[in-house]
Amino acid sequence: MGEGKYIIIAGAGKVGWNLARELLDKGHEVTVIEDNRNRYLTVEQELEHNIQYGDASELWVLERAGISRADMVIAVTGDDEDNMLICQVAKEKYLVDRIIARVNNPRNRPHFELLGIKPYVSATDLILRLLEHEVPEYGLVHLLDLPEERLEIIEMLLAEDSKVAGKRVGDLNMPEGSLLISILREGQGGFVPTPDTVLEAGDEVLAVLDPGLEEELKVFFGSDGAAAG
Amino acid sequence: MLREGHEVSCLDEDPEAHARLEVNLDRSWEDSGGQFTVGTGLEEEALTAAGIERADAFIASTDGDNTNIIIAQIAKRKFNVPTVVARILDPLRAEWYGKQGVNTICPTKVAIEMLEKSVLEAAGTGASS
Repeated sequence: MGEGKYIIIAGAGKVGWNLARELLDKGHEVTVIEDNRNRYLTVEQELEHNIQYGDASELWVLERAGISRADMVIAVTGDDEDNMLICQVAKEKYLVDRIIARVNNPRNRPHFELLGIKPYVSATDLILRLLEHEVPEYGLVHLLDLPEERLEIIEMLLAEDSKVAGKRVGDLNMPEGSLLISILREGQGGFVPTPDTVLEAGDEVLAVLDPGLEEELKVFFGSDGAAAG
Repeated sequence: MLREGHEVSCLDEDPEAHARLEVNLDRSWEDSGGQFTVGTGLEEEALTAAGIERADAFIASTDGDNTNIIIAQIAKRKFNVPTVVARILDPLRAEWYGKQGVNTICPTKVAIEMLEKSVLEAAGTGASS
C-alpha cells in the first residue's frame, strides 16, 4: 500500500483496534467507528481523535467519518450483517476503491460472495488452513488461492508408495490445467525442476493449477495402491 | 394474511415466537394452515425448510435493519422470490436501498407522517373551533 491513505475501520474490537494501531504507525490516516460507548471510551484514550462514537451502519455516521474521501473501508465488527452492509454501501454508494470484510461465522461466506463483498477474512478458515498445513493426513495443502484469477498453488508430500516417485519430471503426464513449479527436498531445499529431475518419495511438490483439479492431482501424486488420497 | 386465504410460513430464531402466532386464533397455527420454522434468515437450510423456493413473496421483518437488508437480498438474488419487502427503521438506509431496488417499508417514516398529520389536524380543529 502506498503512503498516506485514508482508511475507515468499523469496529474497535481487538481486530479493529490493533489494525488501527498498525496502520497509524505506518503513516496512514485512520478513523475507527465504534458503537459501544464503553469500548469507545477505552480505545479513545489511546487513539484520541482517530476514533468516533457511532453505529457504522448508519449512513450519516459514515459520512461524518468522511467516507467520501476514504481510500479503504475495513469492516471488522462482530456482526456479519453489519460488516456486509457497511461494505456494500461503502462500495456501491460511496464508491470506495477498496473494502475488506471480516467473516465471523464461516457459514455466512456465501452471502458475502452473493453480495460481491471481497476480499473477506475468516479467522476460522485461516485456522483450518493452518491445520491443513500441520496435519499431514490432509495430503494436499493450499498455499495460495486466487479465485478471481482462477488460480491455485498447492503443496503435496510424495508418499513412500507414490506413483510418481522415481519418474522423470519430463515423463510426467500432468493433468491438463496443472503445472509442477517447484520441489522441496530434504537437504536440498526448494528448487525448480528440469525435465530430467527425478522425483523421490518424501519430496514436497508445488504445483499451480486451475481450481477444481485438487482431487485429480491427489490421485496423480498419490500412492500406487487403492488407498490413494 | 392467513385469514385472507394466503399460505403463510413464519421463520423465527425463537421457538417461543410460535405462541404469539396463536393469539386470537381458535385453532392452532398449523391447523389454521400456517407453517413455523425455527431458524434465522441467514441460514439457507432454514429458508429452504420454510419453503422459500416456492414462495411468491418474502417479508424480512426481524428487529435488525441490517439483517433485513441482507436477507431480503438473499431472497431476491439467490432464491429469486418475485416479491420481496424489507422493514428498515432507519429512513436513510431505507431510502438508499429503496433506490437500489430493494422494496422497503420504513415504519419510522410512516409513523412520522401519521403523527404529523394527527398533530396538524388537531391543531386545525383547535384553531377553527
